[in-house]
Amino acid sequence: MTRVFVSCDMASVALGADELADALAVAGAEVVRTGSRGLFRIEPLVEVETGGGRIAYGPVAADEVAAVLDGTHPNCLGDLAALPFFAHQQRFTFARVGITDPLSLSDYVSHGGWAGLQRTRAMSPQQVVDAVKASGLRGRGGAGFPTGIKWQTVLDTPSAEKFIVCNADEGDSGTFADRMLLEGDPYCLIEGMAIAAHAVGGTHGYIYVRSEYPFAIRTLREAIFRSAHLIAPFTLEVREGAGAYVCGEETALLDSIEGKRGQVRAKPPLPAIQGLFGRPTVINNVLSLAAVPFILAEGPERYSEVGFGRSRGTMPVQLAGNVKNGGLFEIGFGITLGELVEKIGGGTESGRPVRAVQVGGPLGAYFPPSMFDLPFDYEAFAQKGGLIGHGGVTVFDDSVDMLAMARFAMEFCAVESCGKCTPCRIGSTRGVETIDRIRAGGRRGDAVEVLPQMRNARAAARGVDQEIALLRDLCEVMKYGSLCALGGFTPYPVLSALEFFPEDFGAEVPDAAARR
Amino acid sequence: MSDLQHATSPSGTRPPTGDDEARALVERLAEPCTGRRGALLPLLHAIQHEVGWIPDSLVPFVAHALNLSRAEIHGVITFYPDFRRRPAGRHVVKLCRAEACQARGGAAIEAAAADRFGVAMGETRPDGQVTLEPIYCLGLCATGPNALVDGKPVSRVDAARLERIAAEIAA
Ligand SMILES: Cc1cc2nc3c(=O)[nH]c(=O)nc-3n(C[C@H](O)[C@H](O)[C@H](O)COP(=O)(O)O)c2cc1C
Ligand code: SF4
Ligand code: FES
Repeated sequence: MTRVFVSCDMASVALGADELADALAVAGAEVVRTGSRGLFRIEPLVEVETGGGRIAYGPVAADEVAAVLDGTHPNCLGDLAALPFFAHQQRFTFARVGITDPLSLSDYVSHGGWAGLQRTRAMSPQQVVDAVKASGLRGRGGAGFPTGIKWQTVLDTPSAEKFIVCNADEGDSGTFADRMLLEGDPYCLIEGMAIAAHAVGGTHGYIYVRSEYPFAIRTLREAIFRSAHLIAPFTLEVREGAGAYVCGEETALLDSIEGKRGQVRAKPPLPAIQGLFGRPTVINNVLSLAAVPFILAEGPERYSEVGFGRSRGTMPVQLAGNVKNGGLFEIGFGITLGELVEKIGGGTESGRPVRAVQVGGPLGAYFPPSMFDLPFDYEAFAQKGGLIGHGGVTVFDDSVDMLAMARFAMEFCAVESCGKCTPCRIGSTRGVETIDRIRAGGRRGDAVEVLPQMRNARAAARGVDQEIALLRDLCEVMKYGSLCALGGFTPYPVLSALEFFPEDFGAEVPDAAARR
Repeated sequence: MSDLQHATSPSGTRPPTGDDEARALVERLAEPCTGRRGALLPLLHAIQHEVGWIPDSLVPFVAHALNLSRAEIHGVITFYPDFRRRPAGRHVVKLCRAEACQARGGAAIEAAAADRFGVAMGETRPDGQVTLEPIYCLGLCATGPNALVDGKPVSRVDAARLERIAAEIAA
């Protein structure tokens, strides 16, 4: 019987992979479900096992399986590893994703699984922490804080009980690497968390997964069940989010696990010292924890030898939005934004010119193509008023309205604000209104303001320039007056849109009167 | 409450009528949560999974089961967008509104969906057949615009796919 491989990743299923897998089974093939290879243009994808390795076909519709099985389907891609999109990657964390059956323990073992955990068990906790420090690994959730240093703090804080928490809330638009790993190689995360537990004395772990990821939750629960004996006495459980973006912020996430409203806590105390249920807690992103098995198995030098400046190792970059070769591309830091968008991504899917690229999710800056020489590096992006965040790169073509995107950033902040501080809770709504007034070409005093009784109200009209100044001022307040990065970084997309695409804000002036 | 009697969740289960049924339901669902720390969210998810929404009438029993105040429970239910205090339509369509889907024409699809399904974003159609809700990213950002139709992911939503979704929700 022919063995074929079809992804069960949520993105593949959304493109018809389930129907394809069913049709292949009906046609008599032995179907193995895997994670996604990570290039969505060729999905739904099927790989056929042959004496000379796997031969890929994609995209393939469910009614075309006969042509795949007799080898005549026109969309034959041959050996995927030879395609430039895959050949140029450095897959450290995602080595198994798309290749193995995510829940098969024997697949995991035969592809190098548990090697890191085994080595860890022969090491002292301090040695493990030192290895993570030496790797140069920085948090992949957004802030880029050195993971080893965080672990050191937890190791050094005595407590009868310590927690390992995995942040799988992945709320950033344009990102899906966490999801692909959870669905495609859950044991890798479980192994990473078990290593963290050994390193800091962790007793129990939580994986907080957003409810928008039902496939990941299901896979993870099953994987935890199947691997429980391999990580004992450490134990794990999955907690499901409930649709709040702010619960990705680490302290809000801890409150959410505790069963409370997901509101951000003031720091200090650091979660590493007083985290979940008041106990010392390691909280790391999925990708941070999933990088650890490689580091322990292959040695920290192997990891740190790739990278750029103080950004060591690889980043699973996610190419999203209007891009031809959208998907997951894991590569050492230092690749330029232009290479990612134009060379790897192949430009826009619509075929129109790229106008803007948002890097780092809804709190990240919009960059124009003139800045495509920017290397993918935490510091380089920060210097330009942006962030790499969780590694999402969202491409827009020239039909994008940047004022609308700036407005959306404020709107999103208003929808998702946890409500704890005023600049974020109120400022975001004022931001939407200000941008609406910019769109309208400024504002006149309203009916109430011009009443003679309203002595302190401004009766004069405000022009676009004045409204823009107001918006900048508001952004300043949000930036410096917010407790967490939701309110504090929402100005990034807004100000970058203003700075790099001023024509979308000011060009309204001449015909503003005509619009009204 | 009148909507207690008429409501059916997407899965077709009926919310409990009367205190005894409500207490029994909450106690049954709370059972696996007892001894778990931070049990409130898992319990609320379990209730919503079973009933389709979280009737206010259950809140006192949840408070009792977890030894929390009603105010705390109310605060949590209203904080999280997932938890419903009203029944949803028989079908729930969630459309992604986030940036990467917008880059692929999401706004136009949002307007077209509202028009085609005859319901505004965030609302349930008066006949109770469909609820249209915004969602902020499904993690399918390279193949948008994306939707979740009764929990099933659908990518590259265009006019033709909207038609297919419309046919599904008519059923
Ligand atoms: C509003 C907001 C949302 C966040 N969302 C996420 C998220 O979805 N996933 C994540 O790993 N980190 C998120 N973070 C960052 C976390 O607060 C935290 O820095 C991270 O979980 C630490 O793990 P790391 O060091 O491994 O990156 C978010 C931060 C903010 C302010
Ligand atoms: S900035 Fe916004 S989300 Fe963050 S703590 Fe303040 S109100 Fe909450
Ligand atoms: S932005 Fe729509 S799925 Fe991510």
